[in-house]
Amino acid sequence: MTTPPKSNGPIIAVDGLSVGFRSRAGAWLPVLRDITLSVGAGESIGLVGESGSGKSTLALAMMGYLKTGLHVLGGRVDFSGIDMFAQDRQSLEKVRGGRLALIPQNSGQSLAPNLRVGAQIGEALRLHSALPEARHAARVLDLLTQVRLPDPASIARRYPHELSGGQQQRVAIAMALAGEPEALLLDEPTTGLDVTTQAHILELLRDLARETGMAMVYVSHDLGAIARVCDRVAVMYAGEVVLEGTAAQILRDPSHPYARGLLASIPKLSDVCLPRALDGRPPPPGGAGDGCAFVARCAIATERCMVERPDLSRIADGAKTRCHLPQQVRSIPLSGERNAQQRQLPAELSLSLGDLAISYARAGLFERLTGRDTAKVATVDGIDIELRQGETLGLVGESGSGKSTILKSIAGLLPPLHGQIALRGQDDLPPRVEDRSAKHLRDVQLIFQNPDESLNPRQTIAQILAQPLKLYFGLSGQALIARTTALLAQVRLGAHYLERLPSQLSGGEKQRVAVARAFAAQPELVLCDEITSALDVSVQAAVLELLDDLRRDNGTSYIFVSHDLAVVKALSDRVAVLYQGRLCEIGPTVDVYGPTAHPYTEVLLGAVLEPDPDFVPSLSASDVVEQSPPARGCPFQRRCPKRLGAICDQTAPPPKTFAAGHTIWCHRDDLAAPQLS
Amino acid sequence: MLSMLMRRSALGLITVWLVSIIIFIGVEILPGDACTAFLEREAQGLLLENCRRDLGLDRPAWMRYGEWAANALSGNLGVSPDGQRQISELVGYRLRNTLLLASGAILCGIPLALFLGIVAALWRDRPFDIIVSTTAIAAMTIPEFVSATLLILIFSVWLGWVPGIVLTSSNAPLAEFFPEVLLPIAVLTLVMTAHILRTVRSSVIETLASDYAQMALLKGVPYWQMVFRHVLPNALLPTINVVALTIAWLLGGVVVIETVFNYPGLGRMMIDSISDRDLPVTQAIALIIASVYVGVNLLADLLTMVANPRLRTAHLRGK
Repeated sequence: MTTPPKSNGPIIAVDGLSVGFRSRAGAWLPVLRDITLSVGAGESIGLVGESGSGKSTLALAMMGYLKTGLHVLGGRVDFSGIDMFAQDRQSLEKVRGGRLALIPQNSGQSLAPNLRVGAQIGEALRLHSALPEARHAARVLDLLTQVRLPDPASIARRYPHELSGGQQQRVAIAMALAGEPEALLLDEPTTGLDVTTQAHILELLRDLARETGMAMVYVSHDLGAIARVCDRVAVMYAGEVVLEGTAAQILRDPSHPYARGLLASIPKLSDVCLPRALDGRPPPPGGAGDGCAFVARCAIATERCMVERPDLSRIADGAKTRCHLPQQVRSIPLSGERNAQQRQLPAELSLSLGDLAISYARAGLFERLTGRDTAKVATVDGIDIELRQGETLGLVGESGSGKSTILKSIAGLLPPLHGQIALRGQDDLPPRVEDRSAKHLRDVQLIFQNPDESLNPRQTIAQILAQPLKLYFGLSGQALIARTTALLAQVRLGAHYLERLPSQLSGGEKQRVAVARAFAAQPELVLCDEITSALDVSVQAAVLELLDDLRRDNGTSYIFVSHDLAVVKALSDRVAVLYQGRLCEIGPTVDVYGPTAHPYTEVLLGAVLEPDPDFVPSLSASDVVEQSPPARGCPFQRRCPKRLGAICDQTAPPPKTFAAGHTIWCHRDDLAAPQLS
Repeated sequence: MLSMLMRRSALGLITVWLVSIIIFIGVEILPGDACTAFLEREAQGLLLENCRRDLGLDRPAWMRYGEWAANALSGNLGVSPDGQRQISELVGYRLRNTLLLASGAILCGIPLALFLGIVAALWRDRPFDIIVSTTAIAAMTIPEFVSATLLILIFSVWLGWVPGIVLTSSNAPLAEFFPEVLLPIAVLTLVMTAHILRTVRSSVIETLASDYAQMALLKGVPYWQMVFRHVLPNALLPTINVVALTIAWLLGGVVVIETVFNYPGLGRMMIDSISDRDLPVTQAIALIIASVYVGVNLLADLLTMVANPRLRTAHLRGK
C-alpha cells in the first residue's frame, strides 16, 4: 500500500520470542515458538491464522503485555530500540497508548461503560499528548472528525452503549490516534461488524496509515481484510510463523501447505464451488512434536516432515516459508471443486410463508388496561416465500435485517403478528411451539450460531443425540446406540466421541454434533442461524461440505441465514435479500449475484472483500445503522445511493420480475450491479 | 424514572399491606389469644369471657383487622394490653435501640468490607487475600450465637474490657448503652462484613479481567488510575444491592444477637409479642420491618440506576 521509507532499522523487532504457560504437570507449554519478525516504519503487516495460532498473543507481546499465566520463555521484543519486556511499569505506561497504540478486538467491551467516550479519548490525550489541557476538548472533536464520525460533539457526550458497533470501533481508533502513535496494533478490529461497516473501517484505516505514516500490525483471520490493508503478511500456525512475504506472494500463490489450505477454504464471490475443507485441527500447545507442526494435516508430508522441524527459510520468489517441500507445495489446489448448485429439485413444496409479519413489541399489562395502541411498524413484514423440497434458501442482510427473527417465527419461538407458516403446502403450523404436535416439531429443526451455548455442557454427546431419537422415534437399548453411532458417522465423527462432553470437543466438532442432533429428527426443514460464523474458515468449509452431503442424502430443505454473502452463495439454490425486515430481492443464486440487482444487494456485494491485494471494494452507501424501518415507502430509502425521490419515501416499491423467479422490489427501471472482478 | 419511582412506591405499599394481612392471619392461626396468654392458668370461664370482651377479641377477625387498619392509617397503633402506654412509644424506644445497633454495624462494616474486598481482589491469591477470604467464610458459616459467645468469652470474661451483657433498660438515654453495645456491634460487623466483602472481591476480580480494564492498561493508564477510574465504579455497582439487603436485615431486628446479649431491640420485642399474642405490637413491628425492606431496596435500585449510565439512559435509546 505505502512504500516503507528508508529508515535506520525496524520500528518493531521480535527476535526469537517464545512465550508459554506452565501446565499442571509443571512442564512449560509454548504458545509462541521462536518468533522472529520485524515491522518497518510506516509498514503494515498482517498476522493471519486460525484461532489458537498465537496471533493475538504475538500482537499483545509487542506491547510488552502478556495475558495472566503467560511468561516469556526466551527472546525479546524491541519497540524502536526499547526492550519491551525489560521496562518498568512507568516507562511502559509512557509507550503504551502513546507511541504504540492498540485497537482492540471488541470495542464494545473495551470501552469503560461508566465513562463518556469523549472523556476516554481525553484521558488518552492527558496521558500522551503535549497539548495544554485547555485544548483537549477541541482535539477530541478533531479526532472524532478524523475517524469520520458525524456530529462529533454529540458523539463525545455519549456513553459507549449508546453507539453502534461501527461507531464504537471508530471511537477506539480515535482513542488510539490521540497519542499520535508511530505504530498501531490492530487485534481483529472488524470481526463481528457488518460487511458494509467492515469495509468502511478498513478504508478509514488505509487512509489514516497513508495520512500519518504510522506502521500497522493487523491481526485477523480474514484474508480479505488483510489483503485490503497490508503490505506484508505473516501466516501463523501452532505458535509459529510458517510463511512470511508480501501480500501478493502470500495471497496469490502461497508456498506453504497450510496457507494454501487456508486460502482454498475461504468462500469467494468469484467461485462457483464450495470451498475446500482443511481437515484436522492444530496441535495443542506443546503437542507439536519434533517434526513440522502441520504434518498431521498436510497432503504432501513425507518421512522427513515427521521427524525434522523445518526452518523458516527464503525461497525463490522471495517469501520465507517453514516447509521442507516448497516446490511440491504448488500442487495443492487453491480452490474447491465441488459444485453445490445446479441440482435438480422436485416440484413439491416444503415450506410456504404467506404474508408473514413479526413484531418484538408486545402490549404490556399497562397498555392493555389503558387500551393504548402500541402497534408500531412491524419488525418484519410482508414475507412471502415458498421453499421446495430439498431446496436451500439463503437469507442475507446486515444485522437487524430480520433474518434470525424469521427463523424464530418458523420454529415457533416468536409467534408472528399475522400470516401463515405451512409445511408441504397445506399443513399449517400453529404459531406457538407449545401448540405444535410432535410431528411438526420433528419436521422443523433449528441449529444455532454458537454450539457452546446450544449443547448442554453436562450431557455426553450420546445423551444429546439420544434425546430426539427417544422423543420422536421411541428408540431404546441397542437400536438407540446403533442410531446415535450412525448419526455421528454421518457428521464424520467416530463412535469414540459418544462418551465425551461438549467441552472436550473443538468448535467445529461441537457444531457437527449440533447438526447431527438436528438430523436425528429426520426433519423436513433445517433452519441454520449463522451456524458457521463462530467457526474458523477451514472448519466452516468442512461444515458447508457436510450440509451439502446431508441434503443430498436426505432431501432436506435448508434456510441458511448468514451475513457472509460468499458463504450464502456457495451453498444456496436461491437467495433472499432482506433490509429492515422487508424483502428487497429474491431469486436463483446466479441471478441475485448477477448483474441485475436491488440497490441494497449492490451495496452489500460492493462491500465484500476478496483475498486479493488488487481487489478494490466499491462503497456506495454509508454504514449508518438504522434502528427501525421507515413508516412507509421503501425500507432502504434513507441509505439508498440510487434513490429516485419522493416516490421512494411515499410508496412501497412494487415487485418486478426479471428472470424466472427473480423478483426485485424497487421503483427504478435501470437496475444493474457492477460486474465482479 | 419518575414513573418508575411511583410504580415501585405503589408496589411497596401493596407489599406492606399484604404483610400486615399475612401477619394477622398468622397470629390468628396460632392457638390461644392475648387473654389466654395474659391470664395463663386462670384462662377459663367468666374471667376469660370478660377479658375477651374488654379487649374486643369476641368480634369476628375481619372486623378486628379492619379496626386496626383504620387506626394504623390514622397513625394510631393502639395501646399495650395493660392499657397504660401507647404502642408507638414502646416500639419507638426499641426501634431507636435497633437503629443504634444497626448504624454502629453499618458505619464499621461497610467501609471495612469495601476496603478488605477491594484489597483482597487486587492482591488476589496472595497471603492477605487468603487470610481475608478464609476469615470471611468462617464468619459466614459459624452461627452468630457461637461467634457472639466466643467474643464474650475473650473480651468480657478473659480480658474484661467490655461488659458481656446489656443491662440497660430499653427506654434509657442512648449514652447509657455504651460500652455495652460494643460487643453486639462487633458481632454484627463481623457477619455483615463477611457477606459484603465476598461480593466486592469477586466483582472487582471480574472487572479487573474485563476487556476495558486490559484496554486501559494498554492505553498507558497508570495502574491506580485504572483501578479507581475504570474498575471500581463498574465493580461496585452489583454490591449496592447486597449492601441494601444487609442493611434491611440489620434494621429488621437481629433476634439471635439481641437474645444472646439481652439487648432491648426490635427483634426480641417481636418474639415476645408473638408469644404474648400481642397482635398490635406484632403488627407494628412487622410494618416497620416490611417498610424498611421495601424502602431500602427501592433506594438501592434508584442508586444503581443513577450510578449506571446503561440504565440511566435506557429510555433515551430504542427510538
